[in-house]
Amino acid sequence: MINKIVSSAAEAVREIHDGAVVMVGGFGAAGSPIELIHALIDQGAKDLTIISNNTGSGHVGLAALIENRQVAKTICSFPRTANSKVFPELYHAGEIELELVPQGTLAERIRAGGAGIPAFYTPASVNTPLAIGKESRVFNGQEYVLEYGIKADYALVKAETADRYGNLLYHATARNFGPIMCTASKVAIVQTKKVIEPGQIDPETVITPGIFVQKVIEINNPADESQLVEDEMSYPW
Amino acid sequence: MVNTDLKIGWSRAEMAQKVALDIPDGSYVNLGIGIPEMVADFVPEGRELIYQTENGLLGMGPVPEEGKGDRELVNAGKKYVTAIPGAAYFHHADSFGMIRGGHIDICVLGAMQVSKKGDLANWSTGAKNSVPAVGGAMDLVAGVKRIFVITQHVTKHGDPKIVDACSFPLTGKKVVECVYTNLAILDIKKEGLFVREMGPNVDFDYLQELTGTKLNQYVKTQV
Repeated sequence: MINKIVSSAAEAVREIHDGAVVMVGGFGAAGSPIELIHALIDQGAKDLTIISNNTGSGHVGLAALIENRQVAKTICSFPRTANSKVFPELYHAGEIELELVPQGTLAERIRAGGAGIPAFYTPASVNTPLAIGKESRVFNGQEYVLEYGIKADYALVKAETADRYGNLLYHATARNFGPIMCTASKVAIVQTKKVIEPGQIDPETVITPGIFVQKVIEINNPADESQLVEDEMSYPW
Repeated sequence: MVNTDLKIGWSRAEMAQKVALDIPDGSYVNLGIGIPEMVADFVPEGRELIYQTENGLLGMGPVPEEGKGDRELVNAGKKYVTAIPGAAYFHHADSFGMIRGGHIDICVLGAMQVSKKGDLANWSTGAKNSVPAVGGAMDLVAGVKRIFVITQHVTKHGDPKIVDACSFPLTGKKVVECVYTNLAILDIKKEGLFVREMGPNVDFDYLQELTGTKLNQYVKTQV
């Protein structure tokens, strides 16, 4: 029998090792898998490489993971937001590495990684500082830069609905990086608001087919990250 | 003597309105963060535009009533928005497929500098003390069919933003089609930078003085 449901967030992240490459879904607070991130803080794995669009806000979620000094490197498109304090401080102190990637290139690198495509050419960043040192090639008179697909050991993703096979539905713009991160990681760990029986998700509407998901943890009432930031909360509580 | 009561140029809302007038009916449009977002408020009656926000929504609607926002329904500026009937959600690779693949008709962006050749700098001043952040700007200028820029004509310090060559790191080279400032609308052509329209109480010499590159006037043809 296939059953990807695990009983706790702690169990879901237990095997994440020091030095692991971890993709973290979310665009700001929307889709941020905050309970899984907090479980990873409790678990304590270090020297992580985090692949995520942002670097978190306030002192919860991704920002708290960075603040807890578990992250050596981030691969990211927009590592600051209105309330990001933790990352800028460590960055200026030279204590965290940043690989800055255009947002669409980041998405396509993840998609390619999950689809077995080692590299691709994109027009984004041509003639800019972000193309320096990268191979380029001209197709039909236009220049493109070579970018590499990326894979991860783990992905932490937030979904709305799942079944025990790992089929997923998302909510609104919380979908963002979730589906592609599930495809590009060896172990995709998903927190979902509800788990329903196989067959209850219409196969026509499945967004992430279960083959891309390894672990599912049901978290009915996930914390509201924006609210926690507004309330100036810090994790660990 | 300078009459300080005299209104010179356009307000931000008027600038946004000028942009909105130039977006054809039926366009798929991506609006950048800041002044570009205001463009949506001025779409002329009878035109239907579909807004894409690169974090994963086609068919973005207006800002919800205070307190009624869905925490997971946001735009690229991470502000709460709504979805119109007929909207679609998608993941980031699909979103940037729309952008890079040339499916979006117009993108309206802010700018730090625009060069006479249409080079755009809008993501970094190159200052060592800032955390570099790029977001989707480079993908947008590389893939969207037409790039409009909306910006103040000069910086807060009075330095020209329309220049011969950008001194800040580029977002893209030769990508901007026209620039809407508080003083004028400028078209970027192979032959140079042309003034399409000037704001209230702006004359050509004044405009040229506040511009860091040579401006050209269209030759009026006699009817």
